[in-house]
Amino acid sequence: MSAVLTMEEAEPAQVVPSRHTGRWITATVVLVLVALLLYAMATNERFQWDVVGKYLFADPILMGVLNTLILTVLAMIIGIVLGIVVAVGRLSDNFIVSKAAWFYAWFFRGTPLLVQLLFWFFLSALVPRIALGVPLGPELFSFDTNSLITPFMAAMLGLGLNEAAYMSEIVRSGISSVTPGQTEAAKSIGMTRLQTMRRVVLPQAMRIIIPPTGNETIGMLKQTSLVLVIGYSELLTSASLIYSRTYQTIPLLIVAALWYLFITAVLSVAQYFLERRYGRGFSPLSAIRVDKNKQDKNTVDTDKLDKDTSGPAVPANGPASGITTSAPSANTEIPS
Amino acid sequence: MNKPMLKASAVCKSFGAVEVLRAISLEVAAGEVACLIGPSGSGKSTFLRCINHLEKIDGGQMWVDGDRVGYRLVGNKLHELKEREIALRRASIGMVFQQFNLFPHRTALENVTEGPIIVKGVRRQQAVEEGRALLERVGLGNKMHNYPSQLSGGQQQRVAIARALAMKPELMLFDEPTSALDPELVGEVLDVMKDLAESGMTMVVVTHEMGFAREVADTVHFLSEGVLVESGAPSKVLSDPDHARTQSFLAKVL
Repeated sequence: MSAVLTMEEAEPAQVVPSRHTGRWITATVVLVLVALLLYAMATNERFQWDVVGKYLFADPILMGVLNTLILTVLAMIIGIVLGIVVAVGRLSDNFIVSKAAWFYAWFFRGTPLLVQLLFWFFLSALVPRIALGVPLGPELFSFDTNSLITPFMAAMLGLGLNEAAYMSEIVRSGISSVTPGQTEAAKSIGMTRLQTMRRVVLPQAMRIIIPPTGNETIGMLKQTSLVLVIGYSELLTSASLIYSRTYQTIPLLIVAALWYLFITAVLSVAQYFLERRYGRGFSPLSAIRVDKNKQDKNTVDTDKLDKDTSGPAVPANGPASGITTSAPSANTEIPS
Repeated sequence: MNKPMLKASAVCKSFGAVEVLRAISLEVAAGEVACLIGPSGSGKSTFLRCINHLEKIDGGQMWVDGDRVGYRLVGNKLHELKEREIALRRASIGMVFQQFNLFPHRTALENVTEGPIIVKGVRRQQAVEEGRALLERVGLGNKMHNYPSQLSGGQQQRVAIARALAMKPELMLFDEPTSALDPELVGEVLDVMKDLAESGMTMVVVTHEMGFAREVADTVHFLSEGVLVESGAPSKVLSDPDHARTQSFLAKVL
């Protein structure tokens, strides 16, 4: 038999990758546009980059950054903690509790944040004194609302209570994503409802909760600029105080924007690590990435998952009669 | 005869208008392996879930190791137990589920040590030692640090058995433990259960594996439409059943 190789059967000499001409054209166009934009920004004197540089690390701006960060963190803490409470309330079997939680989310999501902020700030007009005491009995504490509700308090309450309404929906979807079987398994080993929630349900819900919470945090960072209206000196307020004096509006807005961008970048990195932490165990691939030392071993494990049952093969003579297997597996034998 | 580990007396359960259990009465002695068989929808799994109070019974009474399940008799009234008391009782009853229900965010070893550490307050070091021994016992000594998603179905179910055993239960409940497994993985799980039975564990097993019931069970109970049709030694119930319903069921599955 003589094997005659045609041209097509012979070992090809070289692989020529496809050219993707369209991609190259698009990339070139984008690069040119970006270059033009950067050139325009650098050469347009009205951007006043020297002023940007001068104020970027100015004390009032840095104080504003700090206050923005404090406000973001505190409002998010209130939002997350209260959000979990409202979400758990929403899922409660108690009719009143679940409806109250629904009402909370409806009310705070249904009114503009700006209105809520102003409302808290002007609370003293509505309730001049806040008193804590026994109903119809003696008063225990009493505050002048005006001294209690500083711009900072109003900002924190307004942002935090509003955030809790949004967070409650995020937490609720996370909790609902955990299968009922998980709760039953936790109960079956004797966990109470609280232990089940803390040890089994919430850690798994976190995987669903974290990405949108990252979005919320980044959103909150910028939402804090709304407190400009009640005069708390966060980043944008600080910038506006300067430009209302110097009329260098654009460069100072750029200063603020640069800081917001920088903090957002930092938050995004934090979110990435949190997501990886709570993704543990949910895909074999993620586990490999977490533990680089075991990478090779794990890759092998997942590859031969189906075959590797670490016991001798079960007789393949029919599924239903599989139990009559008289060959005890060496590995699964219980040492007596 | 020992005092029964499980005693059910005229247990009834309804979901809405559907009567799932109709006056089920049976006893399981300490050390006994009882298999519940019957067509799907016959109430076997529901009965099993009533034993550790995952489902409330609507009528009749049930005792595990002499303790009334879910209620306390005060005078002539039954008071429902507090959540903590129910949890305490459940801690001494192991349960293995059809869908394994391992905690996916914890490794095999963490799954096994979770109960002892969190519920019983065992020291971590001791729990880990015992957990390792249990995983060795079910043949998974080399998979301790794998997450459930990295294990086959049979391996997951063996971890689930180890997790239940870690609580040192006096009674083990198995709810169709091999029904979700690929056929070639069924044997490894049944082997573990067989060894467990030989070690003297009291077991109530809902199963479709007639071979396992024949070989391992001391008593087989056949349920149909919420009624306990017949009980007896596997050789009797599975080979020479008295009732027509048992006969027709066995004709279909054997």
